[in-house]
Amino acid sequence: MSENMTDQSRRSFIKKAATGSAIATIAPGVVLYNVAQASRDPGEAVTDKVRWGMLIDANKCADGCTDCVTACHEENGVHQLGRPATDAQWIRKVTLRDKQTGKEYGIPMLCQHCEHPPCVDVCPTGASFKRADGIVLVDKHICIGCRYCMMACPYKARSFIHEDVTDQRDHAPRGKGTVESCTFCVHKVDAGEGTTACVEACTHNALIFGDLNDPDSEVSRELNNYPSRQLRADLRLNQGVRYRNI
Amino acid sequence: MKTFLTHLLIAGLLLTGGAAIATDVADISLLKYPEPAGEKCVEPAEKMRREHMDLIQHQRDETMHNGVRGITAKHSLKGCIDCHVGYDDQDKAVSINAEGQFCQSCHNYAAVSIDCFSCHRTTPDGENPMRKSAMTNPHQ
Repeated sequence: MSENMTDQSRRSFIKKAATGSAIATIAPGVVLYNVAQASRDPGEAVTDKVRWGMLIDANKCADGCTDCVTACHEENGVHQLGRPATDAQWIRKVTLRDKQTGKEYGIPMLCQHCEHPPCVDVCPTGASFKRADGIVLVDKHICIGCRYCMMACPYKARSFIHEDVTDQRDHAPRGKGTVESCTFCVHKVDAGEGTTACVEACTHNALIFGDLNDPDSEVSRELNNYPSRQLRADLRLNQGVRYRNI
Repeated sequence: MKTFLTHLLIAGLLLTGGAAIATDVADISLLKYPEPAGEKCVEPAEKMRREHMDLIQHQRDETMHNGVRGITAKHSLKGCIDCHVGYDDQDKAVSINAEGQFCQSCHNYAAVSIDCFSCHRTTPDGENPMRKSAMTNPHQ
């Protein structure tokens, strides 16, 4: 058994070494480096080579605009029933107010896709989990609707479904008695689109989505070049969602 | 005496054989449900009848945790629905768990409740790729 495992790890090491550092010489002096790719082969499991993240610029986010919220709920079939106290919210606009100056501005708030998610820590069934590529999800097959994760989340990112649901989208099953939240449009990510509904809908370019592990991705370059913040960084959750100009 | 014993043996074999056939393949000719759109299932019908729940449960974990979706997700519930869904007179898809439809008719016969559709969509979402190919195929 242990011999087998050694053999396997040796093989995967060789495989990784072969794919990770693929360098092709096109012509003398011209070398093509194969950079870490966000896309993966069909049928291959997600890996931690990629970590999905988002940068939100509060300065660009327009007052009163809720395009990202509408697009998200449309994409994922999150129907609003006109009952704000219990309607599910995968993304919402929150208003921040500076007490000194009275200046108010809105930012979109969604699941922060933490590296160390408190919702996963407290889940008694293992339904709340983090994928290898950093996307935090609820496996509704094993969610018992206890809502511990909703209490643990510092960002109020999760919603409980109180009523029977019909006419779901086929990529986003949802049903009564389970908890749900932003999935970073995992179906789009898995299809290799590398974007989310909210990012596509934002006409003010306030949202950038991408691979935090890839230094050449737009989101990484923006994070490297200008200051940004994690909300409640004191909790040391290392969120995948970062904010600028707040 | 010898011939009597032989006859008894043959009768016994026939009986057990018959019983085995009866338990192996249920008489599903009594069930009425829409014809599937595709030419053949992802697995032999006998295997699907017995093991479909295990296959889709395995697929669900692959999809949920490893992100294996689309064409590589061989045993996806979505695939089942696209192929087996029925259509009404107005050419509108009927919920697969509605009376007389594929999932419901057999589950009703076997007296097993279905949990899938308290969360999962019961009709194809948007255009059904299976339906399209079936309709454009002149041989069907």
